[in-house]
Amino acid sequence: MNPSMAITEAPGLFTADGLTGLIFLIMMAVTLIGGLIACCAERLVRAVAGLMVCFIGVAALYYFLNSPFVAMMQMLIYVGAVCITIAFAIMLAAPEESKKNGPAGPLSGPLGFITAGIVTFGLIVMALRTQFPILPKVNQGTAKEIGIQLLTQYSMVFELISIVLLIAIIGALVLARAGRSK
Amino acid sequence: MSLTVLNVIVAVVIAIGFAALNAAYLVWAERRGAARIQRRPGPNINGPFGLLQPPLDGIKLMTKQIMIPGGADKILFMVAPVLAMAPAILSFVTIPFSETIVAHNMDIGLLMIFAFASMGALAVLFAGWGSRNKYSVMASVRAVSQNVSYEIPMLITAITVVMITGSMDLKVITNAQAGGFWHWNIFPSLHSPLMPLSFILFFICSLAETNRAPFDLGEAESELVAGFHTEYGSMGFGLFFMGEYANIVIGASLTTILFLGGWDCPFGLFPGVWWFLLKIYLLIATFIWIRWTFPRTTIYGLLNLSWKILIPLSLFNLLLTAGLLKVF
Repeated sequence: MNPSMAITEAPGLFTADGLTGLIFLIMMAVTLIGGLIACCAERLVRAVAGLMVCFIGVAALYYFLNSPFVAMMQMLIYVGAVCITIAFAIMLAAPEESKKNGPAGPLSGPLGFITAGIVTFGLIVMALRTQFPILPKVNQGTAKEIGIQLLTQYSMVFELISIVLLIAIIGALVLARAGRSK
Repeated sequence: MSLTVLNVIVAVVIAIGFAALNAAYLVWAERRGAARIQRRPGPNINGPFGLLQPPLDGIKLMTKQIMIPGGADKILFMVAPVLAMAPAILSFVTIPFSETIVAHNMDIGLLMIFAFASMGALAVLFAGWGSRNKYSVMASVRAVSQNVSYEIPMLITAITVVMITGSMDLKVITNAQAGGFWHWNIFPSLHSPLMPLSFILFFICSLAETNRAPFDLGEAESELVAGFHTEYGSMGFGLFFMGEYANIVIGASLTTILFLGGWDCPFGLFPGVWWFLLKIYLLIATFIWIRWTFPRTTIYGLLNLSWKILIPLSLFNLLLTAGLLKVF
């Protein structure tokens, strides 16, 4: 399965490759549909639901890529925490379901379509031109191996990310405090 | 290849069947248990001991018309019950019932169960919001704030066990406790003198995570009609209940695996799946017993219990265990 090779013929549907490909396509469809719902939904709660579907699709892709740990973290953090926080915020802040309002930005309309078209074209060209080298499998992707890597080779990145999270928490606290004194 | 496919199909059927059977008959057990505690007969008409009640209830629920309230968000309203049931069934995939009876053992099995369990709160949120009923919305906000706050001490306590065992593989955790009940995690050891406390913390959290009394603030019928499923009838309501009971089974299974030695026999006799089932049904009986014995708490008392008592205790427990593991 070398993607840089020209595919001479499609594998049959009920072979191992065929079924794997089918599952991959289903996951891609789930991710894309979820993303579309998240962007296009007029009700905010539905947008969150779409975002959740999108995250589940991405988690499935991680699992497909043989890293169940990342997939489960995606479920735990993005679906289980981020989506719930957003939904909670919507319920606490906007009791009335508001339709889209406010002036449209300068990018809506033809300019937006042109921009999206250029970006899409660029991505397609990039994907088709790139030679995808097949890298050797580093490890099994278990929690233990990921933990060892995170605390040795990537410890700097790991610590920096925790600082980013700390700043986010402090920022949220400052904002909430300012609101409370009003 | 075909054998693998067959394995997958058998595992899926067994997982769904086990979840559905338990959900149906735990409702019966709950009603009988409640009746016994309240000194009345309970459902005893249909079949011996009322054992035909669950299938008849199922037929009744499935033949009822699905009523969707006028202002409701139809899609969210329909999706929420499914979302309540599906993660519960998915979690059964990785629970080892015995050395051999496990659908797909993963080295991150514990993480997987927590990942899917965290989706349950979204079902409650969507149900409450989709109903367009202020009681439902209030109930779902309550239920989710409760779920979120009890997930923290539960995860921290689970991490304590993971640190002692050195693995998130549920099979490895069970095997580490093999050989007599004094090896079980519930009893204190050199590395973890506070293990009984961990067990109590975990048990309280699993009661709260499954929205059971005395923590069933999301279904406080004296204040909120019926809570987040006020507007649900027919099988939508049925799915919420099946999801709740499936979650109870998962909570009991996790407690058994983490603290009570899984399928290990207390005296080293006949290890097998029956010990596992015995332990989880004893725990579930305790769940039912607690539900019908204790009055409901208040929402503030509930959140204060988590943030002011359970989280500091579990953090202290975690640090103590980490320190002792490093020293010894």
